[in-house]
Amino acid sequence: MTQLLAIIIDGVVYASWLFIIAAGLTLIYGVMRILNMAHGSFYAIGAYAGAGMVGWYFSTGSVPWLSFAVLIGAALIAGLFIGLLIERGLLRFMYGRNEVVMILVTYAILLILEDAIKLIWGVEPYFAYQPYSLLGRTKLAGLSFANYDFMLIVVSTLIGLALWYGLNRTRNGKLLRVVIHDREIAQALGINVSRIFTITFLIGAGLGALAGALTAPGLSVVPGIGIEVIVLAFAVVVIGGLGSVSGALVGALIVGLARAAAVHLYPEVELFVIYAVMGLVLAIRPQGLFAVASARKI
Amino acid sequence: MQTKSIFLLIGGALGLFVLGLLVPEWLSYLMIIAMGKGIVVLGVVLLMRAGLVSFGQGLYYCIGAYVAGTLTQFAGISDVLLILLASIAASVLVAALVGLLLCRYRGIFFAMFSMAFSMILYGLLVRSSVLGSTDGFNVLRPSLLGWVPTDDASSDLVLAVAVVMVMILGSLMWLYLRSLSGYAGEAVRENEIRVEYLGTSVFRIIYTKYLIAAALAGIGGTVTALVSGHVDPEMAYWTTSGEFVFIALMGGTSHVAAPMVGAGLFELLRTYAFAIAPYTWQMILGSTLLLIIIFLPSGLWSLVSRFSRQARG
Repeated sequence: MTQLLAIIIDGVVYASWLFIIAAGLTLIYGVMRILNMAHGSFYAIGAYAGAGMVGWYFSTGSVPWLSFAVLIGAALIAGLFIGLLIERGLLRFMYGRNEVVMILVTYAILLILEDAIKLIWGVEPYFAYQPYSLLGRTKLAGLSFANYDFMLIVVSTLIGLALWYGLNRTRNGKLLRVVIHDREIAQALGINVSRIFTITFLIGAGLGALAGALTAPGLSVVPGIGIEVIVLAFAVVVIGGLGSVSGALVGALIVGLARAAAVHLYPEVELFVIYAVMGLVLAIRPQGLFAVASARKI
Repeated sequence: MQTKSIFLLIGGALGLFVLGLLVPEWLSYLMIIAMGKGIVVLGVVLLMRAGLVSFGQGLYYCIGAYVAGTLTQFAGISDVLLILLASIAASVLVAALVGLLLCRYRGIFFAMFSMAFSMILYGLLVRSSVLGSTDGFNVLRPSLLGWVPTDDASSDLVLAVAVVMVMILGSLMWLYLRSLSGYAGEAVRENEIRVEYLGTSVFRIIYTKYLIAAALAGIGGTVTALVSGHVDPEMAYWTTSGEFVFIALMGGTSHVAAPMVGAGLFELLRTYAFAIAPYTWQMILGSTLLLIIIFLPSGLWSLVSRFSRQARG
C-alpha cells in the first residue's frame, strides 16, 4: 500500500515534469511540422540559466523566497532569447523543407548549442538545491515527500490549463489551430502564418527552458542533460500522438507512472520500460493515442 | 563486373592494406575505425536512398561489437570469421523482429523510432552488471583459422579483415544498387503509391534494405570492437547513430565510395578537432552539418561527380 502510494506520487511528479517539456515539443511540431531536436538544449539552457542565477542570488544573501522568481525568470529570459535567435536567425529560411531535413537541421542546432552551453557555463556541475530545501518536506503514510515536488504538480497543471485555455478560448489560439489544421488555407485566409510560427516557437522554447529551471533544484546540472531529455520527451509525445497537447498529458502520465513503478519494483528496467510502453502503444495504435488520422495527400 | 574493375578492386585493396602497414600506428588505427564506420554508413546510405533516415544504426553497431566482445571474452571463440558470422546473424535476427514494427513508418517517425530502439539496448546494457554496465568490457585479440597472431600481427590481421570487408561489401553494394531491388529504393522515395500500383510490396523492399543495413552495421561494429579492443554501451547511444547520419550526409549517397571517404574525413577531422579545440568539437560538427544541408545537399561526392562531368566535357 505504501509502495503503491509512493509509485503514484513519484509517477505523477515525474509526469508533470515530462508534460512541461513534451507540451513544448508537441506544440512546435503541431504548428510548424518541425520535430525540434534542439528542444533538449532549451531544457539544458533553462536549467543552467536558472541554477546559475539562483546560485548567484543566494551568494548575495537576499530574501530566499524571491529565489523562485529568479529561477523561473532567468530560465524564461534565456529560453526566449535563444528561441528567438534560432527561429529568426535560421529556421525561418528553412520553412517548407522536408520534415526529415528539419530533423537534421535541428540536430545540427542541438550539437552547436551543446558546446555553446559548455563554453558559457563551463563543464563543472551546478547546484541550486536551496529552493528545493526551502519548501520543506511532508510526511504522508510514513513516507517523506518534498513539497517542491508537489509544487511541480501544481505548476504543471497550471501550464496545462493555460495552454488549453489559450488554444481553445482565445482568438490567437483559434488562429493557431487553423494553422495546425491546414497551413496553406490559413495563409490564403490572410492569417500571418510566419508570425504565428515565431510565437509558437517562442512558447515552445520557453516551456522547454521552464522545465529545465524547475528540475534544476532537484538535481545537479551537468553537461549532456539535454541530450537525454529529448529522447524521453519524444517517447512521451508519440504515445499521445505527435502534435496533440492533451496527448502529451496522457503520454506523460503513462510514462511517469510506468517509470515510477519500474524504479520501485524492478530498477534494472527503468529506461527499458519507457520504450517498451511506447512500442506497445504504437504496435496497437501507430499514430499514437490522440492523433487525428490525416488523409494522405497524393 | 568486368575483369578490369576486379583487378582495380584487388589492386585498391592491396594498396590500402600496404598503406595501412606503412603509416604510423595511430593513423592505421584511425583508418580501421574509419573503415568500420564506413561499412555502417553504407547501410545508412542504402536506407537514405529509399528516403529513410535511421537515427538508430547504433543498435546494430553495438550488437556487432558486443557479439565480438562476448565471444572472445566469455565463450573463448576468437576466430574472426566465426565472430563476423555471429555478428551478422545476431544483427539480422534482431532487425527481422524490430523491422516488422519499424518498416511501417516513414519520415520522422522512422527516424525517431529507430532511435528509440537503440536507446532500449542502451538502457539494458547500462544496467547489466555482467556486461560491465557503463564501462563495458575488453575484447580479446582475434585469430584466423587456428592462427593466433602475436601482439603486432594482431592489428595487421584486423586491418586485413577491415580492408577485405570494405572491398567485398562495397562491391556487393555496388552490384545491389544496380539490381531491381536496388533501384526500387529510389522508386519508393519518389512515389510509394505508384510502386504499389506496379505490383511490388513497398514493405518488402524497405524490410530487405533494413536487414541489409543492420547486417552492415553489425559488421562495422565488430571491426571497430576488434581494433579498439573495448566495447561500451555508448555505441548504442543515439549520438553514435547521429554520427553515422552525419557521415552519410557529408559523403553523399550517390556512390558506394562516398561513405568511406566521408568516414575517413570524419575521423581525421575529429582527431584534429579534439587536439585543437576539445570543447568545440560538437559545434564544429553542427556548423558543418548546417553548411552541408544548405550548400551541398548531395554531399561531398557531388563535387567529385560535378568535376568528372566537367572534365569529360
